[in-house]
Amino acid sequence: MRDPSWNNRDYSFYPGQVVKGKWHGNHYRIVRLLGEGAIGKVYLAEGRGGLVAIKVSRESMSVSSEASTLRQVTKVHGVTLGPSFLDMDDVITKTGVTSFYVMEYIKGEPFLNFLREKNMEWLGILVVPLLKDLYSMHQAGWIFGDLKPENLIVTAQPISLRWIDVGGMTKVGRAVKEYTEFFDRGYWGMGDRKAAPAYDLFAVSMLMMNRGYLSRFKREEPGGIKQLMRRLRDRPLLDPYAPVIEKGMQQRYKDALMMKNDLLNLLTKGETFRHAPAVKKPVKSSPVSRQKKKRALPKERIFKGVLPTSAFASFLLFVYILYLVG
Amino acid sequence: MKQGTVRQILLLTDGCSNSGEDPIAIATLAKEEGLSVNVIGIMDEGDESARGLGEIEAIAQAGGGMSDVVYAKQLSQTVQMVTRKAMTQTIFGVVNREIKNILGSNKEMEDLPPEKREDLIEVVEEIGENASLDILVLVDTSASMKNKLPRVQEALLDLAISLNSRTGENDYCLYSFPGKRNPVDRLLAWTPQLDSLKGAFKKITMSGVTPTGPALKEAMKVHLKRMKKEEGYEDDEGSFMEQPGL
Ligand SMILES: Nc1ncnc2c1ncn2[C@@H]1O[C@H](COP(=O)(O)OP(=O)(O)OP(=O)(O)O)[C@@H](O)[C@H]1O
Repeated sequence: MRDPSWNNRDYSFYPGQVVKGKWHGNHYRIVRLLGEGAIGKVYLAEGRGGLVAIKVSRESMSVSSEASTLRQVTKVHGVTLGPSFLDMDDVITKTGVTSFYVMEYIKGEPFLNFLREKNMEWLGILVVPLLKDLYSMHQAGWIFGDLKPENLIVTAQPISLRWIDVGGMTKVGRAVKEYTEFFDRGYWGMGDRKAAPAYDLFAVSMLMMNRGYLSRFKREEPGGIKQLMRRLRDRPLLDPYAPVIEKGMQQRYKDALMMKNDLLNLLTKGETFRHAPAVKKPVKSSPVSRQKKKRALPKERIFKGVLPTSAFASFLLFVYILYLVG
Repeated sequence: MKQGTVRQILLLTDGCSNSGEDPIAIATLAKEEGLSVNVIGIMDEGDESARGLGEIEAIAQAGGGMSDVVYAKQLSQTVQMVTRKAMTQTIFGVVNREIKNILGSNKEMEDLPPEKREDLIEVVEEIGENASLDILVLVDTSASMKNKLPRVQEALLDLAISLNSRTGENDYCLYSFPGKRNPVDRLLAWTPQLDSLKGAFKKITMSGVTPTGPALKEAMKVHLKRMKKEEGYEDDEGSFMEQPGL
């Protein structure tokens, strides 16, 4: 979008550039561009403690807003799948002041890419932890908003689901900040855009639909539940999940936990997926605890400027990261 | 603005103005009067040249608003995004002025440490959620727009879903230009229900000219008339700066 009168500046970084924060004094060496969205760019960079992701935008306000959201939401008890918030600062460049924020770098594969080569039970296996996270988020008064496969990453070793992009996160009761048509109940004529748990759960249903229709589909007048149900029935691939998808689309789940339980029941019934038991194990046991450890580290990094960290401690930290990653 | 109301003109067009006053001049005046002018240029499929882009941007800039040039099929998301961002920008402008008052004339948001900024953002978002929004939609109905009007209608209905999901009140009105005899024709008087625009475009007669300037002038007058009316008996609403959260 062109916004001529408001903070319109060049906000690109280049590989090798060292970005030095004006307020907190941290240094980051830009490695490469990770991705680009409607309003910003995300770079991979090297910070003191390892790789990080840096988001910049031409709108300093949206950087502040996202940073604030990420900081708040990832602090919520039970919300564990987002990137941890590390830093927010301004950098002074030739073209002026650019605001940025720094978060944990999440290395992995896009959601649908991962699922394409896997048995269908993996869809449910990944959506279960997502629903748990959503439940905690909702309890704390936040809605994810722009839930879509592009905002979900599957990490390897252990395989686990993570989310990125807080751009759509909205406080319950307010108008949803950002959404994508296919996942938006408003687009389908299935409700308004007021932030409510059911808004997210509708999107979760559409997320599962997206697995059956990789290139999605458009609304045909008059849209609505009829078209969605016809599409659902047209894909035998989605059959095992049809009851949950339908209930989510009709917004009959009171909360994310109910949807999660239904999904879990489907997954554990045994008959639904032929190869289910063999692959479920590693996902259920290890990822949560491993992930927590990983996430705890970056938080310590923020305080390194403040605490009298000796070279010895950072060496230990480094070894520990190597141990975790390797 | 004074009444805790954000007032916008949303101009949807597919080309350059070619008759009457300079729309950039009118937009400048509109901004001066507390309105913001947002402009969305609609392109034909396959037409990469983005006709009239310069003017579209210039009108929005002069009018303190936002602009974008998109294909008809992307209209829905663009319209709601431009409207929302423009609203935030207006409120941000007010808050920024307030910062200058508090911190000194040359201070801005960026002179605040990042932590403090986040508090301000929260204030801006809170106001954006609760403020009233008066939005005058001005649709170019010159001949080349004919095949785009169904998309325009769809996008406006979609905009209504988004805005009606806010806590604050919304009022809409809809004008087309050029009008039969006047610069603009009113298709819909001020109403909280934009849904009633369904079918409004059917009655339109197409014309070859695009008098954007005169149309903007009329749109501005409609807003000003409403503002005057409101000032008469709605002083109790209070200004932005007195709203809860500040
Ligand atoms: N923490 C992260 N770790 C790894 N990659 C990331 C991270 N955050 C963002 N990315 C990458 O950068 C891309 C753009 O990020 P993001 O979606 O936050 O940007 P955006 O401007 O909000 O985009 P959109 O317009 O799609 O909402 C993502 O698709 C992803 O590939």
